Amino acid sequence: MFVKLAVLGVVLGCVLVFWRRLSGLVDTAVGLLDNLFERRRTGPLKDAPLAGFLLAPALAVLGVFGVAPLVLAVYLSLFEGKGLNMRFGGLVNYSRALSQEGFWDSFLVTVYYAAGTIPLCLIVSFLVANGLYRLGRGRGLFRTLYFLPYVTSVVAAATVWRVILHPHVGLVNAMLQSWGFSADALPQWLLEPNGAIHLLTGGVVSEDVGPSLALCCVILFDVWHASGFMIVILLAGLTTIPRELEEAATIDGAGPLQRAWHVTLPLISPTVFFLLIVSVIKGFQAFNSFYALTGNGRGPLDTTQNMTVYIFTNLYEYQRLGYGAAAATLLAVAIVILTLLQWRFVGRRVHYE
Amino acid sequence: MMRKTLRYALLSLGAVATTFPFVWMICTAFKTYTEAASPTLRLFPDVWQWRNFLETFDAAPFGVYFSNTFLVAGVVTGSAIVTSMMAGYAFARLRFPGRAVVFGMVLATMMIPFEVTLIPNYVLVTRFGWRDTYAALIVPWCANAFSIFLMRQAFLGLPADFFDAAKIDGCGHLRFLLWIAGPLVKPMIVTVGLFAFLGSYNSLVWPLVVTGKDTMRVVQVGLTVFSGAEGVQYNLLMCASTIVILPTVGLYFAAQRHFLEGSLGAGIKG
Repeated sequence: MFVKLAVLGVVLGCVLVFWRRLSGLVDTAVGLLDNLFERRRTGPLKDAPLAGFLLAPALAVLGVFGVAPLVLAVYLSLFEGKGLNMRFGGLVNYSRALSQEGFWDSFLVTVYYAAGTIPLCLIVSFLVANGLYRLGRGRGLFRTLYFLPYVTSVVAAATVWRVILHPHVGLVNAMLQSWGFSADALPQWLLEPNGAIHLLTGGVVSEDVGPSLALCCVILFDVWHASGFMIVILLAGLTTIPRELEEAATIDGAGPLQRAWHVTLPLISPTVFFLLIVSVIKGFQAFNSFYALTGNGRGPLDTTQNMTVYIFTNLYEYQRLGYGAAAATLLAVAIVILTLLQWRFVGRRVHYE
Repeated sequence: MMRKTLRYALLSLGAVATTFPFVWMICTAFKTYTEAASPTLRLFPDVWQWRNFLETFDAAPFGVYFSNTFLVAGVVTGSAIVTSMMAGYAFARLRFPGRAVVFGMVLATMMIPFEVTLIPNYVLVTRFGWRDTYAALIVPWCANAFSIFLMRQAFLGLPADFFDAAKIDGCGHLRFLLWIAGPLVKPMIVTVGLFAFLGSYNSLVWPLVVTGKDTMRVVQVGLTVFSGAEGVQYNLLMCASTIVILPTVGLYFAAQRHFLEGSLGAGIKG
């Protein structure tokens, strides 16, 4: 292990040390290649051999691990059985998935998660980016601080949150206790399968309505973790809009909220739309935070088992490749439909200059 | 004036809330086991326990995890830069039949949910006999559509005159790419490299699926296993998290001057 790393380091070191001598060699080699490719100098296919050479590595990787698996996924989904011994079953996996309660439960978890995370993330990020944009000094520092969660690994950050939210040793419950909560009424946070609404209303609403408290914790975690990325993108979008328009609105007597809603938001709507599309795709594919926060992704009484966790469990624990592939294909179809719907209904309202 | 103070106050509050888990993590990493395991509001440890970090390395083979991770992430980053520069240049500067179609297909691979390709890729890698090998961890990530897209945008942004001038001086496409265009798009190379490194360093699902042996684990998988173990000590857990977070945060601080705002927003507008 260490040997391999050392060899890599030595090779890199040699390249750096002998770069001057190496660069001459590289230049000669590249020049030879150039001559080879530019022998044919006319016609529409003039650049084709060189293009083929430049594209080959990228297309090979994307083809084998990106496009081919897509075809293979649909093919696999037609087989049933465990492990690699499978026999053809037609559409049986699809009909099984669509009639299974676990599948629909996980779909509901995915929907709760997306409906919770995306609007919260967008609102928080817009407010922060809008505030940072107007800041004179300290903008860079704030931006760095807000972006920090995004560059940290989900696993490590989730490990920290798990301990902070731990029912017995966690900081949050220690705080609640110091504010006078009795020890046996403390929330179980990530271990709580009952619905958040049920707990908030003191049991008026039945416990299986709405997302579980554990799922709400996952949602909050992802809002914290992903907002930094949105803030940076929104800030980049905000810096491109002309200041005169806002000044004009101020002179016309618009307050800060009116300005944000009627002037700023329409002007950066292309950026918001981009973020919406990307976060819906990401939200439907979320896995790492679920897995790292709950230990297996499923959570208490499977209340945080979203579709990707469901697919993963079928693949990893039950070795049901065909069934997992069918569920994954259904998920992909759902994502494509959602993206198209957004394009159709939200995209129309986006304001392009 | 009033409004400005309020703005600073609110933003500071948000920043404190955002960074608090990290502060808490670092402080807990230095506590003794009993301090860390008792519910308390005290942030700072009585005595800063530096040897917790040594104990963490004893408790799980983090040295092995790290050398695996750096090997994999290093090779992936290098390859992603090379493949995306080559492909990006071809899409930006060369004319060949089917260019638009091929580029469209490359972009389309960005839309495919990772989970859909997960199972077939798992089958593929198993058939190749690549389970528990570096090849499985590295090869599928050596090229990605997002990097190619960013590189293409960068090369499109260069003035065509540069190439014409170089051509008159007898410089071919490849030499132009290596000695002139390459150095000119350095900020984008940093961006692509940083995203490739972060993506590889922070990935969990793929390494989890294709590796089983402890000697082949990367840090994210190692940390997941470590935190799931029975009777794990919370102070050591926070130590491990700190160690895992450190490299990417350091890299981000080193590279942020080059990559933020400018390049990140470049491809998105309108």
